[in-house]
Amino acid sequence: MSVLVRLARQPFALAGLALVAVFAALALAAPLLPLPDPDATEPANRLAALGAAGHLLGTDQLGRDVLARLIFGLRVSLAVGVAATLAAALVGGTVGLVAAFYGRWVDGLLMRLVDVLMAFPYLLLALAVVAALGPGLTNAALAIAIVNVPFFARAVRGQALGIVRQDYVAAARLAGFSDLRILLSEVLPNVAPLLIVTAATTIGWMILETAGLSFLGLGAQPPQADLGSMLGDGHKVVVAAPHVAAAPGVVVFVLVVGLNLLGDGLRDALDPRMKGVESGAPQPATRVERGMTGAGSGPNDSAAVLDVRALTTAFATPRGSFPAIRDVSFTLQAGEALGIVGESGSGKSVTALSLARLAPTPPGTIVSGEVRIGGADVLGLGLDRLRRLRGDRIAYVFQDPLTTLNPLMRIEAQIVEAIRPAPGEGAKAVRTRASALMADVGLPDPERIARAYPHELSGGQRQRVGVAMALANAPDVLVADEPTTALDATTQGRILELFARIRRERGAALIFVSHDVGVVACLCDRIVVMYAGEIVEEGPARVVAARPLHPYAARLIACAPRLGQPDKSLAPIPGAPPAIDARPDGCAFAPRCDHAVAACRAGPIGLEEAMEGRRVRCIRWRELSGEAA
Amino acid sequence: MTAYALRRLALAVPVLFGVTVVVFLVIALVPGDPALAILGSYATPESVARLNAELGLDRSLPARYLAWVGAALTGDLGRSYALDRPVLDEVLERLGPTLILAAAALTLSVLFGLAAGVASAVRQNGWVDRTIGLALLLGVSTPSFFLGLLLILWLAVGLGWFPTGGMSALFGGGGVVDLLRHLVLPAVTLAVVATAILGRLTRAAMLEVLRQDFVRTARAKGVEEDRVISVHALKSALVAVVPVIGLQAGYVLGGAVYVETVFQWPGVGRMLVEAIGRRDILLVQGGVLALATLYVAINVVADLAQAALDPRLEA
Repeated sequence: MSVLVRLARQPFALAGLALVAVFAALALAAPLLPLPDPDATEPANRLAALGAAGHLLGTDQLGRDVLARLIFGLRVSLAVGVAATLAAALVGGTVGLVAAFYGRWVDGLLMRLVDVLMAFPYLLLALAVVAALGPGLTNAALAIAIVNVPFFARAVRGQALGIVRQDYVAAARLAGFSDLRILLSEVLPNVAPLLIVTAATTIGWMILETAGLSFLGLGAQPPQADLGSMLGDGHKVVVAAPHVAAAPGVVVFVLVVGLNLLGDGLRDALDPRMKGVESGAPQPATRVERGMTGAGSGPNDSAAVLDVRALTTAFATPRGSFPAIRDVSFTLQAGEALGIVGESGSGKSVTALSLARLAPTPPGTIVSGEVRIGGADVLGLGLDRLRRLRGDRIAYVFQDPLTTLNPLMRIEAQIVEAIRPAPGEGAKAVRTRASALMADVGLPDPERIARAYPHELSGGQRQRVGVAMALANAPDVLVADEPTTALDATTQGRILELFARIRRERGAALIFVSHDVGVVACLCDRIVVMYAGEIVEEGPARVVAARPLHPYAARLIACAPRLGQPDKSLAPIPGAPPAIDARPDGCAFAPRCDHAVAACRAGPIGLEEAMEGRRVRCIRWRELSGEAA
Repeated sequence: MTAYALRRLALAVPVLFGVTVVVFLVIALVPGDPALAILGSYATPESVARLNAELGLDRSLPARYLAWVGAALTGDLGRSYALDRPVLDEVLERLGPTLILAAAALTLSVLFGLAAGVASAVRQNGWVDRTIGLALLLGVSTPSFFLGLLLILWLAVGLGWFPTGGMSALFGGGGVVDLLRHLVLPAVTLAVVATAILGRLTRAAMLEVLRQDFVRTARAKGVEEDRVISVHALKSALVAVVPVIGLQAGYVLGGAVYVETVFQWPGVGRMLVEAIGRRDILLVQGGVLALATLYVAINVVADLAQAALDPRLEA
């Protein structure tokens, strides 16, 4: 049922369905309609114009009624198109199923045959078949069906390959069912939607091409007529009486438009995965709609290189818009390193990306807050000023360097692209700078690496390239979003050393996002712990790591592995963080917290100044830290 | 790259073999007696038998295939009995106009298809995207034989901007300008469907690429958005689109049959339709073989272009 519902939600598909329904009804009802005999000639009344008495659409060169011929021609064209589609689906589907099911040489042979059929320009093979069989509507439809068999065979084989490897197919084999029975009862039902989609998206083509062959005089032969042959007849008198050709031409066009609208709609309805690919390529910058709430409150810390106030980024979901991070505030002083930690889904990456408006829109929108970098409010900048800020004042290192580097560009070009040339600085000087950057981040043999593509480097080398690009313009703020997560343990250590060295030597302020509290405690001065989109604790890194105040922070630290303590028992936190559209009213961690009481669930809990430089979002932190002590 | 090119060329050999087999079989399995078809129904049994022997039709299928392919390799595709000249000469003479038409149409469809797809993807779900999407759907559904008629009626007969059909010789005729005047309408007609298909595919490929992490990296580096789209995203999207451009060459070469008929363009397509009408089987065979071979070659080139774009494919 849900397929029909999804189909009904698409206005274009419904329009297509309506068109197709009207045409199908006309075609089916043709013999019942009060129409003149479509083959009755009336030489005295040749090429009558539109609206002539008794001939609404006029007559053709033999004086036959165009409207009657049109509706009967439509009947023929539709019937032939449906027949050709069914034939192609049956043969192509069988070939695809058999190839996937038997594999090995059967698959090889059938697919080579399909390849050969596809090696012909579409239609040309159809022409050859018609040439061999002789002109005629059946032969033309047969030819069109043959050239469409490969599309069905390939599509069905592709999907069936996955199905024949499933356990239930193996089970059916073991149970001794015949191959035919397995194919029909286990495999066919699973490829049926694909078969329907392929048929629905190709039937328009097949009607078009069959009409084309008739137009060329290779399809329907007189007295039989389809829309194509009517168009071919009209072609001969097109200047004197354009309506004779226009009527069937318009009908073919509108019919095929209707079929294609319906076919596309069916494809989207039956294959939501394809719709998923469709939904939303990110815009150049996160949308900002701060509305009435406006900028964050409180005095700005003018000394800070980065000042984030009440930042809230909402994500659109099918059930409405929900904040992925809410009311996030922190500052970063020059040369300071701030770690943001939390489980996946805690909002730490969304926070990091929102700073330079890199959180994806759709689905993200920044709905409130302020981000000041060097005094300017990033969220209020125009696209061009934002672009100039990115990579210059604030630069990023991302998680997986294999996907974050452009696979088609040489390393040098990607680093050069990151460098803002000084006025008058030539291409050669920029390349020298790129080379120096590579040496700086410890890339061996910069000359070779400059010419390499990302896939030719190791993971660690790729991440060093990522760091080199981020350092290109000596940014005020360097944001590293899980920069070591995708790397193996040894490489992780080396990249962390690199970050520590950059901090020592360059004094850039660093935001280091990680799920690993241990790493952050070593590298950073301060730490922010996030849960369900909110900061739950903030303070000096070593102090928080040693004596966390928030129960969630405590659990997170308890489950972090410690180097040199392999026997320490890791206590994973039971349960999962709430989905963004299912956040509880009070403390978001309460459902997983051992210390939760009724008051925790009563209402929103503020971020409280616990002591000098420490903030915590827990109403019980005092008693709990007393317990822990 | 050289190794990849050689491997790709080697892959084309079995495909070409298959193509020749299919072309041969389609014609060899023609129902009825070809000699009888050529000589007419009043021929004596003796003359039919003699012609069958002459044509080699009394031998086994594999023997006939080998003879046919061997001759084809030396450029002998037989004689067109209706035109009374070698098939090869006729095909080569007709190939030039078809190549001009197909190249013009393919160029138009690549330019407009890529532009439409990129513009659509960049403004995804906005009114530009919806308008282009609808236009592309209409394009995919267009019967080119009907569109050609409309263009003739409107721009050639009505406004007189272009000739209604025909083609003047490139050399000795009206020169390049006159050739272009004759080329515009057929090329546009032929380009519409391929443009629409390429536009839809480019949009999908661009959307796929724009979601990738490296696009975010480029934006984080402060690369101009135009450059993000044209250098980072489009180049990656082309890796997926280029092979389809090769496939579109097939639609264009096939669709040329309609367009050449409507515009009386003296190409292989119209030759084929006329030859089928006259049951000039050897001419059909030669024409189909020539276009299919050309198509296989175009797809090899498209695959090589794809490998040139994507260094990962060379490995």
